[in-house]
Amino acid sequence: MGCGAGFSGDRVDAPQAVVAAIAASGKRGAIMFETLGERTLALGHLARRNDPNSGYEPLLDEFLRPILPTCVAAAIPIVSNFGAANPMAAAHKIRAAANALGLRALKIAVVSGDDVRESIDLDRLERWEGDDVNDTVPGEIIAANVYLGAQQIAQALRAGAQVVVTGRVADPALALGPLVAHFGWDWNDWDLIAAGTLAGHLLECGAQVSGGYFADPGYKDVPDPANIGFPIAEVSANGDIVMTKPAGTGGRVSTMTVKEQLIYEIHDPANYLTPDVTLDVTGVKIDEIAADRVSVRGARGKPPPRDLKATVCFPGDWLGEAEISYAGPNALARARLAADVVRRRLAMRGLAVRARLDFIGIQSVFDSDTSDLQNAFQGEVPEVRLRLAASAADRDSVKQSVQEVLALYCCGPAGGGGVRTSIHNRIRTASYLVPRHMVRPKVSFL
Amino acid sequence: MKILLHDIAHARSGDKGNRLNIGVFAYRAEHWPILLEQVTEERVLAIYRHRGATRVVRHVLENIHALNFVIDDLLEGGVNSSLNVDGHGKTNSYRLLGLEVDLPESLAASANVRREIRP
Repeated sequence: MGCGAGFSGDRVDAPQAVVAAIAASGKRGAIMFETLGERTLALGHLARRNDPNSGYEPLLDEFLRPILPTCVAAAIPIVSNFGAANPMAAAHKIRAAANALGLRALKIAVVSGDDVRESIDLDRLERWEGDDVNDTVPGEIIAANVYLGAQQIAQALRAGAQVVVTGRVADPALALGPLVAHFGWDWNDWDLIAAGTLAGHLLECGAQVSGGYFADPGYKDVPDPANIGFPIAEVSANGDIVMTKPAGTGGRVSTMTVKEQLIYEIHDPANYLTPDVTLDVTGVKIDEIAADRVSVRGARGKPPPRDLKATVCFPGDWLGEAEISYAGPNALARARLAADVVRRRLAMRGLAVRARLDFIGIQSVFDSDTSDLQNAFQGEVPEVRLRLAASAADRDSVKQSVQEVLALYCCGPAGGGGVRTSIHNRIRTASYLVPRHMVRPKVSFL
Repeated sequence: MKILLHDIAHARSGDKGNRLNIGVFAYRAEHWPILLEQVTEERVLAIYRHRGATRVVRHVLENIHALNFVIDDLLEGGVNSSLNVDGHGKTNSYRLLGLEVDLPESLAASANVRREIRP
């Protein structure tokens, strides 16, 4: 199993080396693309409202066109959730791309049934415990999608699909589906389903297991980080995994990179809940067997949870951001005065926003909304960037707030420069538990 | 001697809603007991409390010499409502690595110590 993308916006030239390595191996393999974050799907639904033929992964063509010919020639299926809010439209787009490349009669399967917006009643569903359940949720639902498992992906592949397009599925299912289709694993052989899920979990963030999101110069160095090889999991019929990457690429696959990804976004390591299995990684053994080759064994499985998880998206507030820089002698004092001026202006004008002021370069990302860390800082800095973040349900008060930073150009302290502003609409999400009998996943061929 | 946790451990954080997890990994087996003994739920909660963190649960992965900290309410509601530049909280692994730990003198040569912290 190779991975060609770990998020929407990943390097579009990375999949080619992965496909070439699988083709050259002489073994059966598939490539997955995971491009669907929690909110990406809501953005897809919003796009689809304006254009019924949109709502899928915007980089679809850039990801697929360079690899389609090799994948078809070497019988390497492509499995991806880049269908997002509109898997059928994505399938048509892939058909068009394939035709343009002279690849006629490509077998494209679509997995649907994750979209439950029309069929669920939120008042009758349980909230997922990971949410702040006291948080009230506003009315209009933009999107409601259940995390499907791997069974339909496997079914599509056994029926001969060369490309499987899904909407929302559990990320590891993109690898588990092809593995079950190939090995014929029993869906109730929990340790094998756990092993396939673990392979998918390690692959799903792309380069994060092969040297991406890892380098810390002098502590953890990564060769040729501009050319990181995306990961490949060599999986055996007994569930043993070797994590590696294509020869001749940059990056690094080591016990350290694999460990960091093993518990990434996992909470209880003995109970990682997926639609197909409950994965326990507390007995996993990770060993380097050669350069850029790491053995991963010992995943254990238990039956999956009774219900499926759905992410439900609602319209959120408006977030405005504005920044201005101060540098040179007394820079911090001028930035602090500017922040004080902005605070007073927001109050004077009665702008009903939640606001926060950061001093980027001193303490920002680690700080609280009330700037506790920044206030405790004493000393001088060569330069500092003041940032206002303001949010509210109405766009206008956010816009007026952001303009107060712009007005610092002529009215604020001396020597401010480089103002940038942005305003965007946010999406809120909440997770619900949906009984399996309410969900009807389905495979169709285009 | 007092050193930064960063000298003997690496870390990665990931978010789900208003819950953040941070995996902390010993570079070397001889430093694993230091993580177990000194990087506690209480100390981790203390460095995130100013942002509203309410609860820290520590999971121990003896098999890979790692601790997984699950932190509630650190993210000001999560990426959909936070005003923080880093709404996902991805940078927070390095706040944890900024914790001070006590390294026994017998292990001094084993760590990648850049900066001994003197009182």
